[in-house]
Amino acid sequence: MTEQALTPDMAAAPSAQCATCPIYSSAQLVKLGVDASGYDYVIALAGNPNTGKSTIFNALTGLRQHTGNWSGKTVSRAEGGFRFREQRYKLIDLPGTYSLLSTSTDEEVARDFLLFGRPDVTIVVLDATRLERNLNLALQVLAITDRVVVALNLVDEARRHGMTVDVRSLSRDLGVPVVPMAARRGQGVPELLAAIAEVASGAYPTRPRRLPLRDPAVEQAVAALVPQIEATFPGLPNARWVALRLIDGDASITQAVRDGTLGALAPTMALA
Amino acid sequence: MNTEHLLAEAAKHRHAVGGALHDRVTEAIYTDATQIADRAVTRAGERPAFALDRAIDQVVTSRVWGFPIMALMLTGVFWLTIAGANVPSALLGEFLTVQVYAWLHSVAQAVSAPAWLAGLLIDGVYLATAWVVSVMLPPMAIFFPLFTLLEDLGYLPRVAFNLDRLFKAAGAHGKQSLSMMMGWGCNAAGVVATRIIDSPRERLIAIITNNFSICNGRWPTLILMGTLFIGATAAPGLSSFVAAASVVTVTIIGIFTTLIVSALLSRTLLKGEASTFSLELPPYRPPRIWQTIYTSLIDRTLIVLWRAVTMAAPAGALIWLLSNIYLGDLSLAAHLVNLLEPVGWLLGLNGVIILAYIVAIPANELIIPTILMLTLSLGRSQLAQAGVLLELEDAQLHTVLAGLGGWTTLTAVNLMLFSLLHNPCSTTILTIWNETKSLKWTALATLLPLGLGIVVTMVVAAAVRLGG
Repeated sequence: MTEQALTPDMAAAPSAQCATCPIYSSAQLVKLGVDASGYDYVIALAGNPNTGKSTIFNALTGLRQHTGNWSGKTVSRAEGGFRFREQRYKLIDLPGTYSLLSTSTDEEVARDFLLFGRPDVTIVVLDATRLERNLNLALQVLAITDRVVVALNLVDEARRHGMTVDVRSLSRDLGVPVVPMAARRGQGVPELLAAIAEVASGAYPTRPRRLPLRDPAVEQAVAALVPQIEATFPGLPNARWVALRLIDGDASITQAVRDGTLGALAPTMALA
Repeated sequence: MNTEHLLAEAAKHRHAVGGALHDRVTEAIYTDATQIADRAVTRAGERPAFALDRAIDQVVTSRVWGFPIMALMLTGVFWLTIAGANVPSALLGEFLTVQVYAWLHSVAQAVSAPAWLAGLLIDGVYLATAWVVSVMLPPMAIFFPLFTLLEDLGYLPRVAFNLDRLFKAAGAHGKQSLSMMMGWGCNAAGVVATRIIDSPRERLIAIITNNFSICNGRWPTLILMGTLFIGATAAPGLSSFVAAASVVTVTIIGIFTTLIVSALLSRTLLKGEASTFSLELPPYRPPRIWQTIYTSLIDRTLIVLWRAVTMAAPAGALIWLLSNIYLGDLSLAAHLVNLLEPVGWLLGLNGVIILAYIVAIPANELIIPTILMLTLSLGRSQLAQAGVLLELEDAQLHTVLAGLGGWTTLTAVNLMLFSLLHNPCSTTILTIWNETKSLKWTALATLLPLGLGIVVTMVVAAAVRLGG
């Protein structure tokens, strides 16, 4: 797969039907390995440990990062690049975590990147056989960033265990695209690419689920604080989540408010 | 609006909503997740694959069978490594250190290269790299893929599960078993992996004790010593098995040292309670055998070998210079070895090994080639002075070490122990500094294993000598 194989005029789909065909989509993928220079979009890859995150990372970038079968394999973040339909993407593999609420280094690395790195799209990898527990992380990610694609991985294993996951119901509840995948066999990769491209370009407007609070007192406090946060930091995409963290007394978010790091997240500045 | 005012507002609300906010939010998220999952997932009947997973888990993580199975698996891996690497190692050694070596010398003679240049390049740089390749390549090419297969199969998390109880009893974090197993690949990676531990106290314990996990650079030393000296004492049919068992024994001594040192630290310098965590047992997945073999050959074997070769080439030149620059009657190397000999004797080792450990501070991979080169060059020059010329055909490893170096089983056993218990390589020390940013903890992590190694080998040597 050389760069020359895809000249601009070849990249345009021969016909309208071709553009939606999975085979055409995967032929459009150029794996760039560690070369993530001159990118158009930054994509973050989040998920619980052991859900096939690294497999998806490798499938998109063509890298061969060893995939581990246990938590804690990836502690720091790995980067790679790929090109799809004439756009260059930089992919960042975040450490696998179960939550974004605690203070261990791996969770902080993941959370800080979502919050301050402001990726254009965040892929949340979910294990279809352990959907309930995996959704915890997805809901927390949706509270921080609204541009999310859910990769519902290991659907083949779920099927072996006699489980079927209704992708449309999941997508409706979460308000973002959900792509069923069996990444180990390469299934679902073209569909994932298409979903990433649509969310990145804004062609797919996401309506992310709001963080559930289910507690009138907390809801009230958050509702009171959000307008003040929005007044201090206009354009902040996750005021609700920031409000909750401030009420909880999160030290690093408090620090980010105090030194203005949070202010740097306003859309105009984030482009720099 | 000013930020301090905003923070004050937040603090006011914190009092209003009352305590345990974190737990309440977590619970709300859980409830929401459950409802979404319930809507999306439909299950049909029983799940037979799950039942098999659980049945296997009950055996491999049981209190009775967990540890014996673990020892058996490790012995199996080492046995395959040792039995499988014997023949290719001998062939490769014969080819690289005898045939190619002789050919290079004849070429040097043909072009009438100066003797010092031929010596430096062929006896120094070439021979050191040739030893590294022939001694390390075959066992690594077998060991790494096998170990990676165990990892991919999902067995390593079960080992972590078994060890978790012991770590908790030692007052350390259960996740330390995971960083310890990363250390079995590379200690620098193991030290970085301790980031998964939240509590600074437990993380420091994990960092300080990570060096007790035998790393890639040290497995070849152990495997070689086990094969040449321990396995050789057993009946011919059993020798590979005995050699494998000796390597497993050292590994297990390493695990116990980790636990004992962790317990001592958590009761003295780093006091505190062990925190709890939940360890997930991932489902067993059929490993993709060819891909695993391919990636572990590329990722681990060749990378480790390359690192060893790049370190060995300059070290080979250094050793050749040390052995060929004379100060009075003796070479520099001989002076150094003589100087270190009493220390070596005290530890049941010898001066050559101590010098090798000083040369090999940048990388443990250098130990074996350095020892071989020093033993060969010193032995040869001493023999040459006595008028004897060593036939290169006799350069079998065992002959070199036992014959020229005067090695005994005690030397081999203590080298294995010292290989387990000595200072981390410079890369790991640097990583510890980066992770802790503390001179005190870096120094402790460096000197503690070395101190332990000196005490243990000294006691073993004294006991063997007194016992006869």
